[in-house]
Amino acid sequence: MSEQVRERETRRLDRVVVRFAGDSGDGMQLTGEQFTSETATFGNDLSTLPDFPAEIRAPAGTPAGVSGFQLHFSDHDILTPGDAPDVLVAMNPAALKANLKDLPPGANLIVNTDSFTSGNLKKAGYATDPLTDGTVDPFVVHRVPLTSMTINAVHATDGGGGVNKKEAERAKNMFALGLMCWLYHRPTEGTVSFLEKKFGKRPEIAAANIAAFRAGFNYGETTESFTVTYEVAPARMKSGTYRRISGNLALSYGLIAAGELTGLQVYLGSYPITPASDILHELSKHKRFGVRTFQAEDEIAGIGAALGASFGGSLGVTTTSGPGVALKSETIGLAVSLELPLVIVDIQRGGPSTGLPTKTEQSDLLQAMFGRNGEAPVPIVAPRSPGDCFNAAVEAARLATKYRTPVFLLSDGYLANGSEPWLLPTREELPDLTVSFATEPNHTGTKGPEFWPYLRDPETLARPWAIPGTAGLEHRIGGIEKSDGQGNISYDPANHDRMVRLRAAKVAGIAGDIPSLEIEDPSGEARVLVLGWGSTYGPIAAGCRRVRAKGLKVAQAHLRHLNPFPANTGEILRSYDKVVIPEMNLGQLRMLIRAEYLVDAIGYNQVRGLPFKAAELAGVLEDVINQ
Amino acid sequence: MTVTTNRSGISNRLLDLVPAAPSQQNRKEFTSDQEVRWCPGCGDYAILATVQGFLPELGVARENIVFVSGIGCSSRFPYYLQTYGMHSIHGRAPTIATGLATSRPDLSVWVVTGDGDALSIGGNHLLHALRRNVNVKILMFNNRIYGLTKGQYSPTSEVGKITKSTPFGSLDRPYNPVSLAIGAEATFVGRSIDSDRAHLTSVLRAAAEHPGTAFVEIFQNCNIFNDGAFEPLKDRSTKDDATLRLAHGEPLVFGAEGDKGVRRAPDGSLEVVSADDPGVLVHDAAATDPSQAFALSRITGDTHGVTPIGIFRNVDVPTYDEAFNKQISDARARQGEGDLMSLISGGETWTID
Repeated sequence: MSEQVRERETRRLDRVVVRFAGDSGDGMQLTGEQFTSETATFGNDLSTLPDFPAEIRAPAGTPAGVSGFQLHFSDHDILTPGDAPDVLVAMNPAALKANLKDLPPGANLIVNTDSFTSGNLKKAGYATDPLTDGTVDPFVVHRVPLTSMTINAVHATDGGGGVNKKEAERAKNMFALGLMCWLYHRPTEGTVSFLEKKFGKRPEIAAANIAAFRAGFNYGETTESFTVTYEVAPARMKSGTYRRISGNLALSYGLIAAGELTGLQVYLGSYPITPASDILHELSKHKRFGVRTFQAEDEIAGIGAALGASFGGSLGVTTTSGPGVALKSETIGLAVSLELPLVIVDIQRGGPSTGLPTKTEQSDLLQAMFGRNGEAPVPIVAPRSPGDCFNAAVEAARLATKYRTPVFLLSDGYLANGSEPWLLPTREELPDLTVSFATEPNHTGTKGPEFWPYLRDPETLARPWAIPGTAGLEHRIGGIEKSDGQGNISYDPANHDRMVRLRAAKVAGIAGDIPSLEIEDPSGEARVLVLGWGSTYGPIAAGCRRVRAKGLKVAQAHLRHLNPFPANTGEILRSYDKVVIPEMNLGQLRMLIRAEYLVDAIGYNQVRGLPFKAAELAGVLEDVINQ
Repeated sequence: MTVTTNRSGISNRLLDLVPAAPSQQNRKEFTSDQEVRWCPGCGDYAILATVQGFLPELGVARENIVFVSGIGCSSRFPYYLQTYGMHSIHGRAPTIATGLATSRPDLSVWVVTGDGDALSIGGNHLLHALRRNVNVKILMFNNRIYGLTKGQYSPTSEVGKITKSTPFGSLDRPYNPVSLAIGAEATFVGRSIDSDRAHLTSVLRAAAEHPGTAFVEIFQNCNIFNDGAFEPLKDRSTKDDATLRLAHGEPLVFGAEGDKGVRRAPDGSLEVVSADDPGVLVHDAAATDPSQAFALSRITGDTHGVTPIGIFRNVDVPTYDEAFNKQISDARARQGEGDLMSLISGGETWTID
């Protein structure tokens, strides 16, 4: 056996896509996260895609209950979690059934043979055993009795006195992790210390998991099943300090940073909803930053409390997903009318209605843009990658406080749960967003100095923010139309027309305060532009690389601001023969672009709850280029 | 927070966090320059006058008082007070007030709402504000009708109410707002009448002295769409027999001759008996258990021929605001102020040269 180890080939790869799949209760997310953590520490670039059911515990053993985690890692910078897995770990027949269609022929398939019982095959909907009926023939199959080997390993370590059989069996995900760490030459120290920390209060459970993890690693070393192992060298990335970060975590940190940069107390009013709840969870931990989190009785109360806090001089924030935005609409309209800062974070998911709570989609753009009564313009900001959620949150807070307006921050489920290495910003790189409140009367009336709450800054058109507690500036604001300047109730037709236009002009004016739309076109000669927004940045950029690798020319532009668009957007769009807009909706940005610029953009649209694949987009772009 | 000194009369541990008025204020200083636009004869005028007359008594700086309202006739109230104010959207005033009060302990926050605003469209928010015991004072004007939308029945209208939307009579059973508030475990529940300035002032004063949520139902006459709804409680010839004035620590007796009392019936409810009945109860608004306060709220003009007014329940329990802000100060005391850069670089990092 030792000779075989010596003879075993180590192949160098530039990138690998692995997918762990199992039952919801099998710990696949934890396994994937831990493999990712080791990979990040090793220095690869990476991108992840967790994929889990909406049910907390869907019926065990059925395809509906399968939870998956995909990781793409490489020795160069990558942009997506990968189109198709190079290796699939299937913990049971249901996981095989749900994932096999994504596996290209020749890929590695690691299956837990212990779980392929007649009962489990039936639950998965297999009439015959796919391991013997030819189903898996196109793949390089590694049959591993994962459950029994895990139990044996655990009980061999603790002499049978540590944990019972069921607890031992639960460690099988760590056996799988150990095997994968061996196969891809991942470091292991981090996992051991992670398990010691995670199960610190149950040392026998920690020991069982560590035993299973080591057994999996050693199994790779000794088995004859694997003739090749793989190495992926660290990526050459921009110098600096990195950490791995998910979109929701980056967004949470961005909000805390916004509090410090504006000098305001962050006040989050929120109601739990997938996939946004993690932001509430995260922010609720950071009380030492003065961050106040209020879990309200419903979505409306969440935004109401945030707006009330904004009136009092806090940075009011509410976090939600599409259905929650629908409930908050009236309060967003009130915030438009009150002209108070407010950040509305929408982690988009599949819709309409409850839709696909755990799957991603970009279908709230028009809701954010228009989903209110009356003319109620709201600026919209969208991040392009998990790490970019930090910057987008800071930018949303900048616009909200500077222009005294609610601002939409449109992330989505893919960014929220996906992760990537994040180059940490330095303090000096973060902008100064200091806010100043009104402290003095701003108008001289017949009876002397007065405070006019709607007297605007001539440059930004923002109104003064005078907070309660400021003597002499007592004033009343509300949702009824106000007179321009003075701010008293006004039903005057001409005044209403003026106020509607002023509010629109204020938001439109932001175009002069945001960066121009940038074009990425290495050739400088592309005639086709692909335009995107939000989380499609990675797949689009990866698709463009593939197109260019074939010698074709394509330009890419990606919008951070959706309302208003950057000032040069029309000019750029009109300078190309064709504009393609891929979106995970039925063409919402395309509708806005066509309406605004009369550019006949071509849509490419999918609403499958999953991000685009780079190969698929490359194909679409090639077709357009070659037409 | 500035701890104030020198404030006359009204005080509680939360109100003491609000800066004091530099000098004695008067009613005029609380009157805004806006023209009051309720219908002539509306009960809202009397309530406004009482509140404007009462606010100087609070003794806190005018700029640290905020009135938040929803939608409806009553919700125009903030415009007429020279304090900070927000006229928000239908039913949502408690949510806005909650965000404001919990983020700014140096403010005295009041909600003005109506029976439709608070109990219909905003019912959920009211319940949760009451159970949380947020430091806001909620004044609910109950005229038992929708006024601003011109006369549809409200959640406090009596069954069979003939209105524009119910030409054959309304079908819903009405809410008893005081029962609802006590059921939600509100820590302060009072009731008063628009036209009884002295009584309303006394209830407002007690509400202000209460740390936490105070819910005050104010019977308010809508002379356009539901005139005379509370007439038996106001008419000189009937009011003494129709009103049970609650006073903490005093026997529950009433009547023009003081000849009627309230005692507990065998089934646990309360019943009206002769004042000299040995079972006549003494009112205890501070009782921890809300059962007797709830039983009192079930005494109504319709069922017993008498309506209790005054303070049903007034118990001092920890407020949401105090606990909310204590978590912040405790975290800072324990761990120090947060450092942004060490937060974001927390967890596993690696450096590339």
